[in-house]
Amino acid sequence: MRSYKEKSFQAITYITALTTIVLLMGIIYSLFREGIPLFGKVDVRSFLFTNSWYPTHAEPEFGAWALISGSLIVTVGALVIGIPLGLGSAIFISEIASGRMKEIAKPVIELLAGIPSVVYGLFGMAFLAPLIRQWFHLDTGLNVFSASVILGVMIVPIIASMSEDALSNVPKSIREASLALGSTKIECIFKAVIPAARSGIIGSILLGFGRAIGETMVVLMVSGGSAQIPRNIFASARPLTSTIAAEMGETVMGDLHYQSLFALAILLFAITFITNLITELVFLKRSFR
Amino acid sequence: MVNSRINTENLNLWFGKNHVLHDVNLSIYDKKVTAMIGPSGCGKSTLLRCFNRMNDLIPETRIEGRIMLGEKDIYAPKTDITKIRAKVGMVFQKPNPFPKSIFNNVAFGLAIQGKYSKCDIHSRVEESLKAAWLWDEVKDRLHSSAMALSGGQQQRLCIARALANSPEVLLLDEPTSALDPQSTAKIEELCLELKKSVSILIVTHNIAQAGRISDYTAFMYLGQLVEFGKTEAVFTVPGDKRTEAYLTGVFG
Amino acid sequence: MNKRTLNNYLGIGILAAFLLMTIGFLVVFLVRMFYKGLPVLSLNFIFRNPREAMTAGGIFPAVAGTFWLTSLAILVAFPLGVLTAIYLSQYGKPRWLVRTVKVAINTLAGTPSIIFGLFGMAVFVNLMGFDVSLLSGSLTLAILAMPMIINATEEAIRGVPNDFSEASLALGATKRQTIMKVVLPTALPSILTGTIISIGRVAGETAPIMFTAATFYSRRLPHNITDEVMALPYHIYALMTEGTKPEAQVPIAYGTALVLLLMVLTISAGAVAIRFSIRRKRKW
Repeated sequence: MRSYKEKSFQAITYITALTTIVLLMGIIYSLFREGIPLFGKVDVRSFLFTNSWYPTHAEPEFGAWALISGSLIVTVGALVIGIPLGLGSAIFISEIASGRMKEIAKPVIELLAGIPSVVYGLFGMAFLAPLIRQWFHLDTGLNVFSASVILGVMIVPIIASMSEDALSNVPKSIREASLALGSTKIECIFKAVIPAARSGIIGSILLGFGRAIGETMVVLMVSGGSAQIPRNIFASARPLTSTIAAEMGETVMGDLHYQSLFALAILLFAITFITNLITELVFLKRSFR
Repeated sequence: MVNSRINTENLNLWFGKNHVLHDVNLSIYDKKVTAMIGPSGCGKSTLLRCFNRMNDLIPETRIEGRIMLGEKDIYAPKTDITKIRAKVGMVFQKPNPFPKSIFNNVAFGLAIQGKYSKCDIHSRVEESLKAAWLWDEVKDRLHSSAMALSGGQQQRLCIARALANSPEVLLLDEPTSALDPQSTAKIEELCLELKKSVSILIVTHNIAQAGRISDYTAFMYLGQLVEFGKTEAVFTVPGDKRTEAYLTGVFG
Repeated sequence: MNKRTLNNYLGIGILAAFLLMTIGFLVVFLVRMFYKGLPVLSLNFIFRNPREAMTAGGIFPAVAGTFWLTSLAILVAFPLGVLTAIYLSQYGKPRWLVRTVKVAINTLAGTPSIIFGLFGMAVFVNLMGFDVSLLSGSLTLAILAMPMIINATEEAIRGVPNDFSEASLALGATKRQTIMKVVLPTALPSILTGTIISIGRVAGETAPIMFTAATFYSRRLPHNITDEVMALPYHIYALMTEGTKPEAQVPIAYGTALVLLLMVLTISAGAVAIRFSIRRKRKW
């Protein structure tokens, strides 16, 4: 009786653990099931590398290059802002701040991570964009620059908290050795501590990248939305995520447009999946703990 | 004539490829205190943990030989390990009460068996706490957290918790090494009282402690049982040079 | 002052400046949200229905919708997450399966939320025929919450000292009894903290519910799980991008955003405070 209960409890935990794998497989399968039929009519190369996204025209065209480049440019912009702010904050909190300040700063960063993206989107749309428009004398503030700023701030908590962990895991002896050899605080940080925490820091940046490229609401609301390759940082862009979100409502289930949006999702999933896998396997090794 | 409660027969144990116990033949006598001494890493704790099959938790453990508890081989196939562990109680080096109330700590072993009434449990908890000389100190706060007790009290609580299962044998794994001298003395006295009703096997680093409380002493060295006999005999005329060297502090 | 000392101060100054910029942005952000949101906020705003095509009135259906979406999602994700974490941390065999599950969890955790939305739409809405509904949305959000709950629970369980399980096993408890009576109760406060944090995240998600649950305008509250619902995050998005009267809609959007923000921040701050007090009280 007792061993029957033992076995069934263990079996239940085993089955629930399997559901995570089933869910992931299910997600991959459903993306492919809905998205792959597109490639019967559009060849993969022209989907990826031509620049003409006219899904609703009488003669629809599905060249997603402008959307892909929109995603990449906005994400790179976000990293340009997020890396210095996030890393700088992490280094300051971990290496320079007093214990008291650490105790305050860490929970605050955690709270920042909890702010819903749609609220950032609203802030960008109703506050930042008009300011950018005024300052730079533009027609509209809804552009790559504004989206990058907001996205950059959004990934600060990710980069900061994970790098901070990596930095504080560096053994004290490394710092002491460096300082005892006569290095200044900054030399110690940049020549001894950061190299020791390197893989964790790179991992945090990759996670930030994955988060930025997959973020929907901010780019949907702030990046402007025109399906053209952005020519400069004040041009409008239409990243993959916002294309999916904005156009899915107009499609009919199973038509080419619907399939093309799932094809974009496959691409997006592939990017984040590979980024994650590299991060996990190479830099963080969390899956093997 | 004393009866033996536990007998090991040519016990060998491996952790992976590491041969930890070599051909151990040891008897634990009924209602006596047996002390196991020996330098760190000699296998005495590992041997102790064979008697309630706690080594099963360590992956890649392999055992040969037999351990007889009364008439039964505790390593026989289809043995219910949980019953063995209820019969062979164990107290650990570091006091490890659960973060629960004092009462629930002692009641734990009975509650999980699910066959005792509330009333039974209550009386057994009281008996066990009395037997562990803790009742007077805690009877007014049975439902407050066990974590608030002092180290010595926590260790006696762990003894009471093991006693509640009415074990035949009590295994003590260096029970006083984390305690102050006063608490240690109290636990030693308690052992002398408890042996009236239960067989005790105690692992200790403290040779003097073994001399004070044990009837029999086993000396282990490098995974072998070097010497086993009445404590007076082992301490006064050790039969093996290694025992003598250890007892006189040549190595430790 | 020599060059190295100068560089030292300069470096520290730059690092401090980055931290201050982050804090500065946060301050501007919060001030703006409160400055624009507070005038709109009132009990009527929270507890009344919207009027005149969303240009006036309150947001109660959205508050209720977010409450139901989040509660149902957590109700589904919590037991699944905790059981999975028990498997990973307590049974953990075979090793290859543990690794595969962990890779799956970390992949799910890093998957963009819009993809969960598409999955929910393809599977729950269309394939299973739940339509755009509270049910489809909650299930979609549950998938999103699971990795967070699993990771929090696993960490909480690993924080329980081995001494406790050993003591329990040595008293004759089975593995299941040890898990249910010793390990889980000891880890529970930390598990709940992690779960509360995930509640905050789930409540603020927009993309997963866009095509699975949310509707812009509903005058009534959801009556059962097959109804479409309004939700706070989607309501903010809709007010900013749809409709014809931005001058009336934007203030309502700010008010809604402040409600959502306060909700999420209170939830997360509560979790952080609980964790702080657990760490201080803990005696092992």
